Amino acid sequence: MTLLSPPRPGHTVWRRFRRHRGAVAGAAVLGFLVLAVLLGPWLWSLDPTYIDVRARSAGPSPAHPLGTDQLGRDMLARLLAGGRVSIAVGLAAMAVSLGLGTLIGVLAGFFRRLDSLLMRLTDLFLALPVIPLVLVAVMLFREPLNHSFGPQAGIFVLVVLAIGLTSWMPTARVVRGAVLELKEREFILAARGIGTPDAAIITRHVLPNVASPILVSAALGTANAILTESALSFLGLGFPPDFPTWGRLLSDATVYLQDYPGRALWPGGLICLTVLGVNYLGDGLRDAFDIRGDAR
Amino acid sequence: MNFRRIRRLAMAFLTLAGTLAAPLATADEAQRGRDGQVSILYWQAPSILNPYLSGGTKDLEAASLVLEPLARFDETGTLVPWLAESVPSVENGGVSGARDTITWVLREGLEWSDGTPVTSADVVFTWTYCIAEGGGCALREKFDGIAAIDTPDARTIVIRFDAPRPNPHVAFVGAQSPILQEAQFKDCLGPRAPTCTGANFNPIGTGPFVVTDFRPNDVVQFAANPHYREPGKPAFSEVVIKGGGDATAAARAVLETGEFDYAWNLQIDPHVLANMAAAGRGQVVSAFGTLVERVVLNQTNPDAAHGARRSTLGHPHPFLSDPAVRQALSLAIDRALLVEIGYGPAGRITCNLIPAPDIYVSQANDGCAMQDLDRARALLDGAGWTDSDGDGVRDQDGVPLSLVFQTSTNAVRQDFQALIKQWWSQIGVATELRNIDASVFFGGDPGSPDTFQKFYADAQMFAGAFDGTDPESYLSSWRCDRIPTPENQWQGSNIARYCQPAYDALVEDMREAGDIERRAELARAMNDMLVQDHVILPLVNRGRVSAHANDLGGVVLNPWDSELWNIADWHRKTAE
Amino acid sequence: MLSYALRRLLFAVPALLFIALVLFALLELAPGDPMAQLPLTIPPEVRADMRAALGIGESAHIRFGKWLWQLFAVEPMALADRALGTDMAADSQRMISWQTRGPVMDTIIQRLPQTLWVVGMAYVVGVLIALPVGVISACRQHSVFDQAGTFVTMVGYSVPPFFSGVLAIVIFSVQLGWLPSIYDTTHQVTDWHSFTVQLRQMVLPVMVLSLQTTAQLSRYTRAAMLDSLHQDYVRTARAKGLSETAVVLGHGLRNSLIPVVTVIALGLPQVFGGAIITEQIFKVNGLGQLLITAIQAGDLPMVQTITFLLAVMVVLANIAADLTYGLLDPRIRQEGRP
Repeated sequence: MTLLSPPRPGHTVWRRFRRHRGAVAGAAVLGFLVLAVLLGPWLWSLDPTYIDVRARSAGPSPAHPLGTDQLGRDMLARLLAGGRVSIAVGLAAMAVSLGLGTLIGVLAGFFRRLDSLLMRLTDLFLALPVIPLVLVAVMLFREPLNHSFGPQAGIFVLVVLAIGLTSWMPTARVVRGAVLELKEREFILAARGIGTPDAAIITRHVLPNVASPILVSAALGTANAILTESALSFLGLGFPPDFPTWGRLLSDATVYLQDYPGRALWPGGLICLTVLGVNYLGDGLRDAFDIRGDAR
Repeated sequence: MNFRRIRRLAMAFLTLAGTLAAPLATADEAQRGRDGQVSILYWQAPSILNPYLSGGTKDLEAASLVLEPLARFDETGTLVPWLAESVPSVENGGVSGARDTITWVLREGLEWSDGTPVTSADVVFTWTYCIAEGGGCALREKFDGIAAIDTPDARTIVIRFDAPRPNPHVAFVGAQSPILQEAQFKDCLGPRAPTCTGANFNPIGTGPFVVTDFRPNDVVQFAANPHYREPGKPAFSEVVIKGGGDATAAARAVLETGEFDYAWNLQIDPHVLANMAAAGRGQVVSAFGTLVERVVLNQTNPDAAHGARRSTLGHPHPFLSDPAVRQALSLAIDRALLVEIGYGPAGRITCNLIPAPDIYVSQANDGCAMQDLDRARALLDGAGWTDSDGDGVRDQDGVPLSLVFQTSTNAVRQDFQALIKQWWSQIGVATELRNIDASVFFGGDPGSPDTFQKFYADAQMFAGAFDGTDPESYLSSWRCDRIPTPENQWQGSNIARYCQPAYDALVEDMREAGDIERRAELARAMNDMLVQDHVILPLVNRGRVSAHANDLGGVVLNPWDSELWNIADWHRKTAE
Repeated sequence: MLSYALRRLLFAVPALLFIALVLFALLELAPGDPMAQLPLTIPPEVRADMRAALGIGESAHIRFGKWLWQLFAVEPMALADRALGTDMAADSQRMISWQTRGPVMDTIIQRLPQTLWVVGMAYVVGVLIALPVGVISACRQHSVFDQAGTFVTMVGYSVPPFFSGVLAIVIFSVQLGWLPSIYDTTHQVTDWHSFTVQLRQMVLPVMVLSLQTTAQLSRYTRAAMLDSLHQDYVRTARAKGLSETAVVLGHGLRNSLIPVVTVIALGLPQVFGGAIITEQIFKVNGLGQLLITAIQAGDLPMVQTITFLLAVMVVLANIAADLTYGLLDPRIRQEGRP
């Protein structure tokens, strides 16, 4: 049975991924950003909420390398704290939407009876407008979540779920397409022929082989979630004004664009870098997994 | 189609008025509509032009170009006659000695913009319209206590109150109760009020302008009223009130790009506003009314352990019931810095709940303007609040000074919260901050735990003001029986849960006092009680701040009435 | 094929009803109060009366029934009245917005022109730029053009519109003074001059919006193009000695157009949804701005109606996309559904 599976592509994939310079650069940038925001509190110990009234709106100085905001809070510390939240939101929301999308995609592609129903459900979700839904979700669930997780974790869970639950549809469609194609391949037919249970076929044969579209949409999903979070912050539906995230910092700083452009450029640049990095990474993954692409 | 006809009519009239008025003044000054268009930016766009169905400031002010009251307040808060010949008073016999009737007389020859005469019947109709059952009139309070309105002739209106009224100038006064035309609204009474879309979007009025096109929440276009009572006014032939965007963009459009002539309500970082004004295209104007941003300290225990009875009188607050703690919290606040950071020219320090008019302003509390952390610490030490367990938070008998401080979600308020939290931590008080979406916080939904009336927190911050220039009903909101409770569905105005029989007695005194000096004295006494008990900590007297282009003349910012109250006098300045 | 189309359309009816129910219920559950924006000086009793006058006190299922009736019977009649000059809906209560006390549908129709001008134009511009960029990028995979195109579109995509919009205003309106920062919705195009005014005021919002569309679409076109260029029939065509242009346009583009056209069709309803943030920044006041102000003001009839109309658009676009798919690709027609 294992003989019938195509050869494990791991080694080739890694070789091809390494050859994709953009992808390597993207991965490096992302790795650096993640490390920076994770180790940030140890490297730069200023409290992002500490107000130094005398140093309001200060430019870069040894005490505040990136300057301070309108209340005198250290920008570097706020960027590090904000990045932790933004990246965490991106990854967590991606995980939610990916899990849901993959589940629905695989079920729809694999079980013909569920297909029509699940795809209509997907259409339905695509039809529901995101912003009002997110707003309603925020209003409905903020209080219960605050009680069970505390005010900051509560809103985090809320934003993650709101983004995740409204962005799984493309993944579901892509995965379903891939599964449909895969289902007719010999090794699946063979596995079914020898009586392997459905669950085992899915976990052992289907999932590993649809990994590439899943990984690619994971990369793009992370970027999307970070951007959605910033849009929510701008509309006042996301994290509250006193809770730094890159999106929040950027939308607060647009007011000061003419007076203190640096305040907007830093969070804006970091969002940009993250999204770019993630996209190049996704590109590299797609090319690396694409068998036909190599043959050219 | 309709508006084109109106415009043609207006043009015809303009020519006529121009010729007639020519001998009286120089041609340049006399002609109505000589200065073309003035464009105004309201970043919150008007959604309806009938103030009785809205109550929102943006709608009232847009409507004030068209609909006018009998009298209104000028920029100093003084009543000036508008559609009436004069302001009735006891001295001129317009108000009866017992203060239970008031007699208004309309100006002679007043016309609606459709050319029909304005009569006392229209005034009576306006009252009937607002008090009609099922109409949902937002400004019904203006007509409280009116027993009947008589019309001895077409120009005289006699309002009879069911009890003596020390302040009878409420109904038909100010932008909040203008006169509607009976002919236009007579089929819109009660439940039919919301269905009269045509009338609500295009009311016929007496003001300097008439509506030509109204697009809800987007833009309103006006043209000069051909039947306006003053010849040669307004100087502008067209007004555009555009909505949308935010305050920063509005300020930019007037001060930096010069696309608009006037921008309303520019509550943005004062530093940014100052830099924009430095571009030299326009100027920032501000004026102060009665709006006070304040922190309210809960006198009852909001602990969830009390279930349905949390934040009600039966359970006093564990530490905010101690006057020393309240005073220390007030002393720790640097109000000057709050003004500088949050409001700039649009704010000034206040230690009073009644910051204006001058006659009601108490001088007894001015000390609060200085932050005094040492005195605050000494007060807490003296009252037995010490940090006994070394965690940086003072406590006494196992009760730590740790409080939840909530407000609505709004950038300036969150900055204030962060600053106040830091100051309170410097005197050993721990603060947890919460902010709640404004539509829920101010929404008054009895089912929501987050409304400011329920006050499930120890401290909260919001702004409050009173209408007009008389603080009586405002001050009576801190009576014991106005405390929000589960029994009255949390609908009460005494948010602090302040309950002092001495205060209630003062409220009664003021209700009966007719003499203005006596009333002022009582108002100051009540203000002092509230402030010196440190139940309500006034922070900032927030003003109106707007901007206008340098070549726009005649703007007088009025904090007591519509900002556009004198738009008939606005004109384009010629280059010097 | 016809029966398939009919089946899809028939299925859409219960789906739409279900969507209507879900939307209504969700919004019904949300806390918030249309009276919350009123000044605090208006006393609670008056607020209660105002709520009653709006019919907020009625139970939800009655209002749902009323809403459905108004949506499917009264409003189409009113629309017909408007078009034909009849007065079928004269006596029926139309759907009334809580903010404006005016018919919801009139306001929505009022917002269509600017939404279509700005958001629609941005979509068209985005498509027109994205297609050639995507095709050329795919043909010259790994070339400088491909790399630069990818980089620029990705940067465009990763800058949130609330930032790029303000940046564009500061540069082009404040510093250079070339273009207006505020969109005039009352502007009428009557002659050449007014047309240029219209163009000038559209430049900034269209630029900011199309940045987003271009980025996503060109990435998609490139991928679809790459996919079809690697197919066997393209190799065969090349082997037969056809010119590169003929190969790319005749074989590659034609086949990759199928998914690209589908994606473009599926994106169309978003045009009607407006662009909330960009509209707000340039004060375009289209449907997106209408929706967000209605949400902020707790104006349920408005929010419910706009979101439902959007849902209808999406469902229809989906059906249309599926049907074109079937028309373009005979294999799918056989199976009934892709």
